[in-house]
Amino acid sequence: MTPGTPRDRDRLMRDRLLDGEAAALGELYDRYAPLVHSLAHRVLEDERAADRVTRDVFTHAWERPGDYTPGERSLRSWIASLAHHRAVELLRATGAAEHAVTGRGSAEELERTVHRAATAARADYIVTAMPAPLRAALNLAYHQRRDHRQTAADLGVSEEEVRRRLRLGLQMLATAGAPRPPGAPSAFSGAI
Amino acid sequence: MTAARLDVDHRALMSYLGAWALSACSPEEAAAVESHLPECARCAEEAHRLRDAVGLLHHEEPLDLDPGLRARVLESCLDRRPPKIPVPEWAAAYDTETARLDALLQDIQDAEWHAPVRLRWFEGEKQVGRRTTVAGVIGHLMTVDGLVAVALGLEDPLGARTPAHLVAPDARTEALWNASPLPQTRSVRRPWREQSHRLVSALSLESDRSAALDVAYGGYALPLRDSLLDRAFECWVHAEDIAGAVDYPYDPPKPRHLNGMIDLAARMLPGVIGQRRQAGLGRGVPEPGGVLHLEIEGAGGGDWYIGLDGAAGEAATGPGRAVAHVALDGVEFCRLAAGHVQPREAAAGQDGDMDAVHEVLFAAASLSRM
Repeated sequence: MTPGTPRDRDRLMRDRLLDGEAAALGELYDRYAPLVHSLAHRVLEDERAADRVTRDVFTHAWERPGDYTPGERSLRSWIASLAHHRAVELLRATGAAEHAVTGRGSAEELERTVHRAATAARADYIVTAMPAPLRAALNLAYHQRRDHRQTAADLGVSEEEVRRRLRLGLQMLATAGAPRPPGAPSAFSGAI
Repeated sequence: MTAARLDVDHRALMSYLGAWALSACSPEEAAAVESHLPECARCAEEAHRLRDAVGLLHHEEPLDLDPGLRARVLESCLDRRPPKIPVPEWAAAYDTETARLDALLQDIQDAEWHAPVRLRWFEGEKQVGRRTTVAGVIGHLMTVDGLVAVALGLEDPLGARTPAHLVAPDARTEALWNASPLPQTRSVRRPWREQSHRLVSALSLESDRSAALDVAYGGYALPLRDSLLDRAFECWVHAEDIAGAVDYPYDPPKPRHLNGMIDLAARMLPGVIGQRRQAGLGRGVPEPGGVLHLEIEGAGGGDWYIGLDGAAGEAATGPGRAVAHVALDGVEFCRLAAGHVQPREAAAGQDGDMDAVHEVLFAAASLSRM
């Protein structure tokens, strides 16, 4: 059995990566590649570019697992922030290169595009990392188009509780668009 | 309206803002919220913010990951920082096949876990079968992988109280299926996957010791390294069963891994031919020292020479006295060895001693089991 708390598991994974255990790298990939790839795809909207980000993120985690400090944050949030940064970096570089070659687009437009893409990716991450009851309520109300009474019946909780979950879930999601202080990836900090 | 009345409205209506932003209120409730907003800057600000947040939810399903990406990413990583503890070459096929199956399982829906699957294999001279579900197949893989776990000194997924005689793969599987009155669900995915990760890690950490171990299957044993190839093969075969049941495409293993699986089957054939002869199933009298040239075409193929006189373990290294020749595609050969193709129907080119051809094709099908 995998021992202990999620924090113990994250620490064990980091230690195995530090030891140079190839099987640990495979497990890390199996656990987080779908998250990394979908975040990158959300930013870059390109399959090959998302593959490249995936390669770069796991290369970083394999070459420098010591950059991750267990206890400060979860391994998942560290991996997600690596993916986010690398994808945004690539989007910016691709946009700048295209501007240099074709003269299309301005620096301001590029920044707007980058901001939009980064917000969308943070929002996706927030949805995957929020507590499951909030995600379930949002899923029913948004994706299944259930009203809050039907949602309450589906989930077996009171209408009041469903309203609370929908509001709280959207409040969390709304932080995705908040301007970030320099260097602080807002959505990826903390334990989620 | 008095200040007190406004306050009651505010508290009640504020709780509706999330539902309102998602258009999940009744028309009356929505109208009440909307008439409150011009009076209350705080609610208006939040309502605006939550409506924007709804725009960040989106419908798209995540794309399926390219199954080949794993190998490319891992290879690139390991090139840049060579591992101190590599995954042994003989476990690479198992590592890859379990990851491929897990990626398929990731993509299937809850209901598909209960899709019916018919397992098929050969007993004696005929194909037999057993009905189960997608989840039941994963339980089967987990319990038989458990034999490798036990050999490595890890926990048996059937539990510590498993009777010591319960080592035959089919008996173990039936024990798991019968242990609960309820059918298995997708919850079996996690223990199956965690065990496969633990196996790869454990045998990497002690690759020298592991390579010298035997895995007991009840009735016969395989060296651990062959057992891992066999488990990789079973994982692929059953992944194809599952993919067929839920109508997903599924590719054969990469040529290097396919080659290892074919080689294992070819090495086991002389022993099975001997057993068939002992059981009175053999056809014809083999010439002492005679071999059959098994030519496997396509990616992962090659030439193997199968001893026909029932001397198990005597790997024929060269053409020697080839009395017959069989040529077939690598994937077709594996399907034959999995019991999914009837020996008489295998698309095989054949010439020479037809009794020898018959023996090798039937022995290949007899390699299969549940």
